[in-house]
Amino acid sequence: MNLEAILDSVFVFDRYGDLLHLLQNSIWAGALIGLVGGMIGTFVMMRDMAFSVHGIAELSFAGGAIALLVGADIVTGSLMGSVVAAVIIGIVGAQSRESNSVVGVLMPFGLGIGILALALYQGRTANRFALLTGQIVSVDEVQLVSMAILSAVVIAGLLVIWRPLSFASTDPAVARARGLPVRALSLAFMLLLGIAVALSVQIIGALLVLALLISPAAAAMNLSASPVKIVVLSVVFAEVSMVGGILLALGGALPISPYVTTISFLIWVLSWILRRTRSRPRSSAARDGAGATGGGPGEGEDDDRSTRSGVHSSTGSAAGRTVMVTGSSPSGSPSA
Amino acid sequence: MTSGGPAASFRGAALAFGRRTLWSGLNLDIQPGEYVAVLGGNGTGKTSLLRVLLGLQTLSSGTVEVAGAPVRRGSTEIGYVPQQRAFDDRTPLRGRDLVGMGVDGHRWGPRLLGRRAYRERVDALLERVGATEYADAPVGTLSGGEQQRLRVAQALATDPSLLLFDEALLSLDLQRQKQLAELVAQQRDRTGAAVLFVTHDINPIIDDVDRVLYLANGSFRIGSPSEVLRSEVLSDLYGTSVEVMRVAGRVLVVGAEVVDHCDVPGHHEGAAL
Repeated sequence: MNLEAILDSVFVFDRYGDLLHLLQNSIWAGALIGLVGGMIGTFVMMRDMAFSVHGIAELSFAGGAIALLVGADIVTGSLMGSVVAAVIIGIVGAQSRESNSVVGVLMPFGLGIGILALALYQGRTANRFALLTGQIVSVDEVQLVSMAILSAVVIAGLLVIWRPLSFASTDPAVARARGLPVRALSLAFMLLLGIAVALSVQIIGALLVLALLISPAAAAMNLSASPVKIVVLSVVFAEVSMVGGILLALGGALPISPYVTTISFLIWVLSWILRRTRSRPRSSAARDGAGATGGGPGEGEDDDRSTRSGVHSSTGSAAGRTVMVTGSSPSGSPSA
Repeated sequence: MTSGGPAASFRGAALAFGRRTLWSGLNLDIQPGEYVAVLGGNGTGKTSLLRVLLGLQTLSSGTVEVAGAPVRRGSTEIGYVPQQRAFDDRTPLRGRDLVGMGVDGHRWGPRLLGRRAYRERVDALLERVGATEYADAPVGTLSGGEQQRLRVAQALATDPSLLLFDEALLSLDLQRQKQLAELVAQQRDRTGAAVLFVTHDINPIIDDVDRVLYLANGSFRIGSPSEVLRSEVLSDLYGTSVEVMRVAGRVLVVGAEVVDHCDVPGHHEGAAL
């Protein structure tokens, strides 16, 4: 295959108008999950949960594959898989160290079950790997309606918990002190995330869900620290990737995911370059230096302190320092 | 703010985890505008004391009230400033958003109405702590001192009658400890809120403190700094020979289990160096 032949099969626009009309349900579905993915992705990034999303996606794949095998509804199957995974991760504590190992254990298990189900499946082979790598599903009206309902559930749920969830995600200690149910919020978020992942798996495939739930939000965060701007940018990026990817993929026989992932990757690369090249007028190190009135070079103060007291009692001071540092550790037993 | 009564009140309060009693028989009224430092070593229940006031920890026995009412979670009578823990460089918040969470971060639903009132409130709080200049900078790029200033503004958002500080000066250098201590005292004077300041090092706040609650050895002492920070008082508290030494304007507390040191007033010029 020479380059021209490859390009010809990657970018196909024959009878584009007809296809556009035929596959308009898919485009609407893409727009829906772009909206959902862009919104929920900002919280995924805020909570540093990219790995969990991947784990949920693999169980979503397993659920979908089992549904395919037994002839049940694939959307329901993948929804059950991802919600179960999300709740397990949520119960373990999505931000704890343990959750990484739980996700690492769940993920290959889910993949294995899914592959088993696919291997046993006797139906059309074209369906087989769609759950993993995505496809232009011929989304029918019924599917589109169910996706719209699920998307509405996720968006409405997010809007209700938006402020407390932002608080609990970025500043858990103070959120707890303000009486917010931090743990319940985390579980509610995981449920919504499970639904969002199951939706995305339908179109983009379990392996590539991160292109929709992570890349747009990560790109947005490269460009702004304002919560509102981040959400808007993230949704725009997700829509451009999703709808743009589907429009490019319509004419050919290739799955849509390479188009979607490439667009979202390019957006992220651009945002990263912008972040790098943008001048950073406020570096905290520079400010500290300017703010200290003759505070001495380097990390000065603590050293000054021990030096000064060291003249009189270096041992006592040094020991005191050690005791105090451990004594004030936030993980002190009474707070546990 | 409730007028008249104490900002916080412990009656026969005790806290135990399993068989280990952190403190018991605590009777303490913190008056409006009073500044109380809570000192003590590791595991003496300093932070737990704050958790009790926040309603996150129940007493083993006794009662505790905040602004004349039994403690409850999420009380707007309390402002809380935690230990400085540097925000990740990529935290998607600006200074003003951190303060804003103190204003309405606990509310459900999106902020559809009252955006202008919200903005004005946040601006006013930022101005009160002198953080207007870096209000729009990502919090992750701010210094520890700047982040703590924002946290003070966040804690003041509900006009609380009791301000709780949990090792809020830790990991700041001396210069910034002093600046933050000034800010706390200034806000205490301005709002009339009582301050309960958990710290391992009384030095930066000793000029402002009215009383010290010194926790050790399952017991405690309450009094002015000069009453409590004495060899015989602390020896009695620890049950072992503890010496409070004043050396070159500096107080060192040297004990068998705990080696503590505190500066006395007048040392601050030296500290600024």
